[in-house]
Amino acid sequence: MTVFLNPNAWQPAPPRLIETAPILEVKGIQKRYGDIQAVANVDMSVYPGEIMGIVGESGSGKSTLLRMLHLEEPADAGSYKLNIDGWQDRELLQLDRFEQRKLRVSHIGIVYQHPHLGLRMHNTSSGNVAERLLVAGERTYSTLRQAAVSSLAASEFPLQRMDDLPRHLSGGMQQRVQLAKAIAMEPALLLLDEPTSGLDVSVQARVLDTLKSLQQQQKISTVLVSHDLGVIRTLADRVMVMRGGHVIEAGLTDQILEDPQEAYTQQLVHAKL
Amino acid sequence: MQTLASLKKSSDAYSFGFLDAFAKRELRRKILKAVAIPGYQVPYASREMPIARGWGTGGLQATLALAGPSSKVKVIDQGSDDSVNAANLRRFIARMTGCDATRDTLECTILQSRHRCPEERLKRGQVLVLQVPDPETLRSVEPNMTRARLMHADQDYGLMWLKLYEQLVRFGRFVQGASYPSLVNGRYVMSPSPIPRWDVPTLHQAQHLTILSAGREKRIYAVPPFTRVEPLEFTDEFFQVEEQSDWTCDRTGQRYKFMNEIPETDGTARHEISDTGYADKLIQKKEGEAVTLGETYYDDNGTFYHDGFLKS
Repeated sequence: MTVFLNPNAWQPAPPRLIETAPILEVKGIQKRYGDIQAVANVDMSVYPGEIMGIVGESGSGKSTLLRMLHLEEPADAGSYKLNIDGWQDRELLQLDRFEQRKLRVSHIGIVYQHPHLGLRMHNTSSGNVAERLLVAGERTYSTLRQAAVSSLAASEFPLQRMDDLPRHLSGGMQQRVQLAKAIAMEPALLLLDEPTSGLDVSVQARVLDTLKSLQQQQKISTVLVSHDLGVIRTLADRVMVMRGGHVIEAGLTDQILEDPQEAYTQQLVHAKL
Repeated sequence: MQTLASLKKSSDAYSFGFLDAFAKRELRRKILKAVAIPGYQVPYASREMPIARGWGTGGLQATLALAGPSSKVKVIDQGSDDSVNAANLRRFIARMTGCDATRDTLECTILQSRHRCPEERLKRGQVLVLQVPDPETLRSVEPNMTRARLMHADQDYGLMWLKLYEQLVRFGRFVQGASYPSLVNGRYVMSPSPIPRWDVPTLHQAQHLTILSAGREKRIYAVPPFTRVEPLEFTDEFFQVEEQSDWTCDRTGQRYKFMNEIPETDGTARHEISDTGYADKLIQKKEGEAVTLGETYYDDNGTFYHDGFLKS
């Protein structure tokens, strides 16, 4: 294509501000275990369709933060809001057990590092996916089967094995079942806790490919926790660096990983084998 | 010379109905609570009984708390009046309360049962006491009882349907043979004690009161008369009772009653009606004796007596 350098033909658009409201908004969230401040005053927001990476060493509070976002762990203080129909102005840290479950089942999906945490090992893979719909109240068998097929297909799981027990599957496939389970209810928020850390490099690459294409198709807002900067670099749009329960640096992924300002982040970026 | 009979204390040495007044009062209060909240498991202080836990102590305590001198008690075990367990319990109840024992379902006021409901319809005013080994139907999907109770509180029963889903995926049908989980009055899922699927519909909109009591687990629950008891099923895969349509009772020639399968040495099997009280009456009737046969839950064509929820 020929480019005509006519100064009047094209004017660069002025930089636009993000006008959409964040889908997830956390302010001043705190968690303390005895003397240990696991999460100290963390603010974060996730915009629709975005992948927010959280990176940090073991014990930096990133998994605790994720568990609080999943409402598994009560927070000591702070505010947590999700901009989802029907839940807009609710303070999620104040929900009772029943409402927590309701919100979690239909709007939040989670993938754990260990498949044992996220899957029922004595139920079939398709049953694991169907569980989400059953807990949400679906009672039609054919609908459950269809939902299991479409979710497992979306996470690129080999469908001829959909009725196998997860413990007969490889680690990569187990993570795909977890992913299918997480997206079965088309959640507004997807939480990924070290989703590929237990996998070898080639399988990891393929699962990451699936995650990335799925995220692009379905535009699910995602929070991704990982200590692996490669994973963060591949998937995340923005990244938060945590240390000792504090967020020490946050910004666009490229910006943080290419030009880290904090000494700790610099160390982290350069600490490669 | 001392004999067993001379060593035995006279029944005057015990309180009426064996249990002391406080135990009976507690049981009656707990039964009232269970009736008020259909399907809800009410904890109670299950007392020591002169039989071992697991042999019907729960049912026995409920029966003793309900029985009076004018009661008529029938005790069955797997449909049979004659098994050791049933005979022992019946004799004990009769001795401790002075009430009459009977084998006729139509006559009894209290029917204590293990693993079966009778074939003849129980009527208004009769009480069916079922012995329950494990009242917690959620145990198979949630081993932690604290969490299982929270699930009951939240009416969080999705996992029970997951269990059914797994059965359909693996076997193509519901394979749960006994203790088929059922939703009582649209609220609590209960285990109807290990009665076969055949008997589960008899609890639905029944005229009689059903009390389910687990002595070892210390839980009592109830299905009041005219209460919905719906076995769990999918909207497109239905609960079904056992298929025994081509079985004929060897003793009575009857079909469409719940049968025992008795293996023969040549590898075949013959079948007998499991409810021996009913089978005996059928035989007496055939021999010309004056016995009254009650209406049964399933008629001679295998049709259930009301529309209920049996779908084909």
